[in-house]
Amino acid sequence: MLIETRHLKKYFAVGRNQQLHAVDDVSLSIKANEILGLVGESGSGKSTFGKTLAGLLPRTSGETFYQGQPLPEKFSARDHLKYSRELQMIFQDPYSSLNPRMTVLDIVGEGLHIQGQHSRQQIRDEVASWLTQVGLNADHMSRYPHEFSGGQRQRIGIARAMIIRPKFVVCDEPISALDVSVQAQVINLLDQLKQSLGLTLLFIAHDLSMVRYVSDRMAVMYLGTVVETGPADEVFFNPLHPYTQLLIESNPEPDPDFERARQHQPIRGEITSPINIQPGCRFADRCPKALPVCKHENPPTIEPAANHIVTCHLFS
Amino acid sequence: MQPAILQVKNLHVEFATYGGIVQAVRGVNFDIHQGETLAIVGESGCGKSVSVQAIMGLIPIPPGNITQGAALLNGKNILGLPSREANKFRGVEIAMIFQDPMTSLNPTMTIGNQISETLMVHRGLTHKQALKKAIQLLDQTHIPEAAKRARQYPFEFSGGMLQRAMIAQSLACNPTILIADEPTTALDVTIQAQILALMKELQRTENMSIILITHDLAVVAKMADRVAVMYAGKIVETGKVNDIFYRSSHPYTLGLKNAMPSNQQQKKKQLTPIEGSPPDLFSPPPGCGYFSRCPYSMRICESKPPPDNIVNTTSNQQASCWLQHADAPRIDALNQTSQSDAD
Repeated sequence: MLIETRHLKKYFAVGRNQQLHAVDDVSLSIKANEILGLVGESGSGKSTFGKTLAGLLPRTSGETFYQGQPLPEKFSARDHLKYSRELQMIFQDPYSSLNPRMTVLDIVGEGLHIQGQHSRQQIRDEVASWLTQVGLNADHMSRYPHEFSGGQRQRIGIARAMIIRPKFVVCDEPISALDVSVQAQVINLLDQLKQSLGLTLLFIAHDLSMVRYVSDRMAVMYLGTVVETGPADEVFFNPLHPYTQLLIESNPEPDPDFERARQHQPIRGEITSPINIQPGCRFADRCPKALPVCKHENPPTIEPAANHIVTCHLFS
Repeated sequence: MQPAILQVKNLHVEFATYGGIVQAVRGVNFDIHQGETLAIVGESGCGKSVSVQAIMGLIPIPPGNITQGAALLNGKNILGLPSREANKFRGVEIAMIFQDPMTSLNPTMTIGNQISETLMVHRGLTHKQALKKAIQLLDQTHIPEAAKRARQYPFEFSGGMLQRAMIAQSLACNPTILIADEPTTALDVTIQAQILALMKELQRTENMSIILITHDLAVVAKMADRVAVMYAGKIVETGKVNDIFYRSSHPYTLGLKNAMPSNQQQKKKQLTPIEGSPPDLFSPPPGCGYFSRCPYSMRICESKPPPDNIVNTTSNQQASCWLQHADAPRIDALNQTSQSDAD
């Protein structure tokens, strides 16, 4: 395992002694050179999990291991310096995640500059080489972010993460702000970088079809907990958890005949509040197959098929 | 076939900016019939929202300017009417819902009052009557505890519930046409499925026509009867939904389809991105807008815009592309039946 979490929890205090359970007891592991796709609705805690994993947020409890070594609960400045060589992050919004007052050279080269082992000229050369690798022009390095389109900015964000040559990258919704034709460009670029650099990725997105397409394994989150993990095609074509089933049924396909033939009742209700969560399955109030036990007892985690893990009372 | 209830002819919209004049919409034609759903699909900046905003009289003039065209609602031109005149059809015959329900509703008015306002202005109801009708409408859009919800403010609603409230408001005067501008883009897939199902249900019960603006081909496949594909301010292809998906006759439509993952086949297929980016509409190219990105482009495409409506006689599809010309070489990937097709 390259990176692993055990019982990771991240709560936020929201006043009046209330706790928001953003990530609640998540145990996930990612092998080297694997892409783990993380899907879920907004508010399910997938971004918080990614940020906690990359050390951008301190965890509340639980453990994180990187190459077998425990990571600190809260990253100090020195920890950031140490681990940012290995762990990087690509953000969702290419408009707000690049400093508008820095040139592309400063943005992409900042990581190398902070490491302090490269001369100016070396940084320049490295930036030029990375800009070409992500499909931009080396002459672009003296420009500012506002001179680029959304897809180009996302490439700058990718170059900034990759220039450090990290082993593990958290991609937090890297394509959801982009147009369809440009999404494919960025996805193919990430795939190609994974192949050539042996990268390991946590790919967070809400677009199920895209996650299935890019990932080796897929994890589904609901209200801070992981309800199902398994090989991507296995989870997509043979979902076990009722939530995953409903999520996949709600996912429209670009195929009119298929859509017309589909018989499906949209899932009722909406994701509930993650504040002061009571014991019991979190999906119980929306679940069409809920049993009496689901309302008050936490569901067990079971592996009904090899590598296909589900957290649900129906399988116990 | 019945005559179209709304016909849009040769619509041109420009915006004056510091950088010059942007030609956002460059000659758009479409019509819509009773009870059908027309999806206008395209990427950001292609002019799909601007086209319908122009019809609704929502373009601020200046900086906007409708330079040419007409929009005939039951034969009467409604384009560029002064707002007092426009209010006679806006919200009455054509209603509109927007992408972001959080910012499209007034945060300082209760949901019930916002819906009743429409009824008081257009139908002359008293506040009491209007509020009663508003609660009925909220109920019709499946908002639980409608009477209680009507007294609440937008911040007390979730995104999906707000979109339902906005749909309830749009239904207030029984419009014949509902324009939905990216109605589910800001919502999660499970909520999107709920809202799309609601729109279909209301279309059946009210016999409304829907113009659905979206960038998502999967939503188009689920909702549309007919599709218009827009690129760089023009409609490049129109046709029945099955023809567009299974027998695309414009390279852009084909490009969009190949750039999306499909879950039909068990094996993974390679995504083929459309290289490059859309043209600069400050100085649109003289020929076809898709020329620089098109894998099949010919010499003529660079200099001469393709005629608008080359009709493919077999499918009654219209594609604005030189490849559809009788003298053009045949491209195997175009006009071919691909995948399954039940018809």
